[in-house]
Amino acid sequence: MPKRLWSIAFAVAILTFACGGTPPAPATAGAQKNVGQVEFLSSQGQPAKEVQDMNSKVLAGFNGTVDFQSQPTGAQDVDKVLSQHQAGKSTIDVLALQHGDFTTLAAADALEDLTPLLQKLQKDRKFPAQLLSYGKFGSQKQYYIPWLQATYLMVVNKKALQYLPKGSDVNNLTYEQLISWGQAIEKARGEKLIGLPVAPGTKGGLMNRFLQGYAYPSYTGQTLVGFKSPDAVQMWQMLKRLWSVTNAQSTTYAYMQEPLQNGEVWIAWDHQARFADALNKLGDQFTVIPAPSGPKGLGYMSVAVGLAIPKGAPNRAGAEALIDYLTQAKQQAAAGSSLSFFPVIDGVNLTGSDVPSYLSAESAVASKYVANKKSVITLLPVGLGLKGDEFTLTYQDAFTRIILRNEDIQTVLNDDAAKLQQLVTTAKAACWPPDPPSSGPCQIK
Amino acid sequence: MAPAVVFMLVFLGWPMINALLIAFQSAAGDFTLDNVQRLFRDTDFGLAVRNTFLLLAIVIPLEFTLALVMAVVAQSRVRGRDFFLYVWSFPLAISDLAAGLVWLAVFTQHGYLNSILQSLHLIQHPIGFLNYNNLAGLVLAVVLAETWRSISLVMVVVMSGIQSIPAELGEAAEIMGAGAWRRFRSVTLPLLKPTLQVGLILRTTAAFQVFAVVLALTGAGLPVLATKTESWVYEARNYQMGAVYAVLLLLLSTLTTLIYLNALRTPRAVFQR
Repeated sequence: MPKRLWSIAFAVAILTFACGGTPPAPATAGAQKNVGQVEFLSSQGQPAKEVQDMNSKVLAGFNGTVDFQSQPTGAQDVDKVLSQHQAGKSTIDVLALQHGDFTTLAAADALEDLTPLLQKLQKDRKFPAQLLSYGKFGSQKQYYIPWLQATYLMVVNKKALQYLPKGSDVNNLTYEQLISWGQAIEKARGEKLIGLPVAPGTKGGLMNRFLQGYAYPSYTGQTLVGFKSPDAVQMWQMLKRLWSVTNAQSTTYAYMQEPLQNGEVWIAWDHQARFADALNKLGDQFTVIPAPSGPKGLGYMSVAVGLAIPKGAPNRAGAEALIDYLTQAKQQAAAGSSLSFFPVIDGVNLTGSDVPSYLSAESAVASKYVANKKSVITLLPVGLGLKGDEFTLTYQDAFTRIILRNEDIQTVLNDDAAKLQQLVTTAKAACWPPDPPSSGPCQIK
Repeated sequence: MAPAVVFMLVFLGWPMINALLIAFQSAAGDFTLDNVQRLFRDTDFGLAVRNTFLLLAIVIPLEFTLALVMAVVAQSRVRGRDFFLYVWSFPLAISDLAAGLVWLAVFTQHGYLNSILQSLHLIQHPIGFLNYNNLAGLVLAVVLAETWRSISLVMVVVMSGIQSIPAELGEAAEIMGAGAWRRFRSVTLPLLKPTLQVGLILRTTAAFQVFAVVLALTGAGLPVLATKTESWVYEARNYQMGAVYAVLLLLLSTLTTLIYLNALRTPRAVFQR
């Protein structure tokens, strides 16, 4: 039962940090040598505010100069590191990517083995075993060291709660109940106030993640394998009904924090970090709830971000010092607050005055995902490398054709399944959870 | 001559040939027609063609008619013509993306237009001018923004054309009893033909490539050929498909230029007289 195993493993991973523990011993303080210039390339930290916070709140205390750069998609970073690796000359010292983006680099042997560094770090801090094993990609080498983690959830304007249909629990909704809720609001207010991040493009909204990690697993129990199955057709029919009570401006929403703040929507789904601004400024108007569940359970997605050192990094010692620095409790909380992620190491306090209060509210929802017996955890697509962006766009294509252009569901799913299959086959990507493991490229049934 | 030729070859010829080659190659580098076939099957390809031509068909005649009027007014002895000239030249200095964003602030759900309408109690709930399913609203917004942004360029071109027409011709016509409209139709307009030809070629080629304004105002709500090109290259990073779209744009631009050159040809004799 791989599904169950993943849930349990993740439960352990998240609960260990959520429950806290003894605070770790303060990191080697005192006079440390300045480690010089460290080039830090990250797929996290896109809005300018996040870059600012990273520089002023997280990296400022580092004994060296960090050049923090952030690009919109991980595939662009993968591209850069890979071409530098092939040219035999790296300009990057530390690389922060999501788990799935590392696969291609690990397969190309473009990353240093960080096992010795990890052993050194483990003397005074504890990483969740599950996240560490992700970073090995089934090998003996530690390709990345876990840095941060996150999930996707829903934020609701408290004004919407009065319209919640009788008999539904806001913390345990089904997709059908969400639709009824939207209908009730439209009936009472004359407006469609559910919002989804459907802005197109790889720099747009994260609707593709909603499909891959929430709608599909909740209706098919799988993420990719059942892409065109009868269960999937049922899911798309539900999505059409959901769309009928969704604000049509959703096609322009990339980050749901903005329409929530100006009242264009009352109920929104998005990545936890993309709510930060709304929760920061108007936290008392909103409540944070888990995503709904479907016939096959509560589908949810988990994002793990790791730190790696590309082979031939110009400042290897500086890179190791930076990873050491970023995985200390204080910087874990600071980076978590700056990027709206959760820390990965044990015993990080999420209640200090520097930590925004919404982070613990979001963390409580993340624990609900883990604790739910019916939850189906999905990892971000693994091993697509350079094909990752086209993979994302194919999900957007399906959404555009089925929902916006009203084309026949099965026809579109067959078309797009062929495109996805070609991408997965070209990238030689094996199935990733919750799909059953495959030998060779994952096959859509 | 030589530096110009080298410049053209390096910065225009080479990329153009390269794009042509990429358009007919697979990712592995074999020659193929797959990309072209995929172009015709591509989601929103038909919509992108339709929208590009729709915008072109509205924006170009609108702009040239307005620009002619503006140029004539700015040239005339009307009081305050300098003021008009300055105001009308203003958008020349504004980037197309910025123009798109300015108009977005007007038309968006909680933008200026909806706020004004609501405060006047003309509407109860904001109107979704830019909703993906509101074609009229999307086209109207893009046409307004695009016309506002680029009309000053057309006006400057037309004005320089009017200035090059000898004043005696107009005066002679006036003495012969021609009214203002007659002078415009029979003297100004025919002598403006070469200028209009240049202006039309410049503007139509640019209209095929309309991009930033559409992107800023509509996202993917109103796909056009240039936004599809950009999306294939920079989003999907599929350079072959991007190249096919680019080649299609090149073909359309070349074709229109040839049509204009032919249709608005001024006989050599006119200049020799």
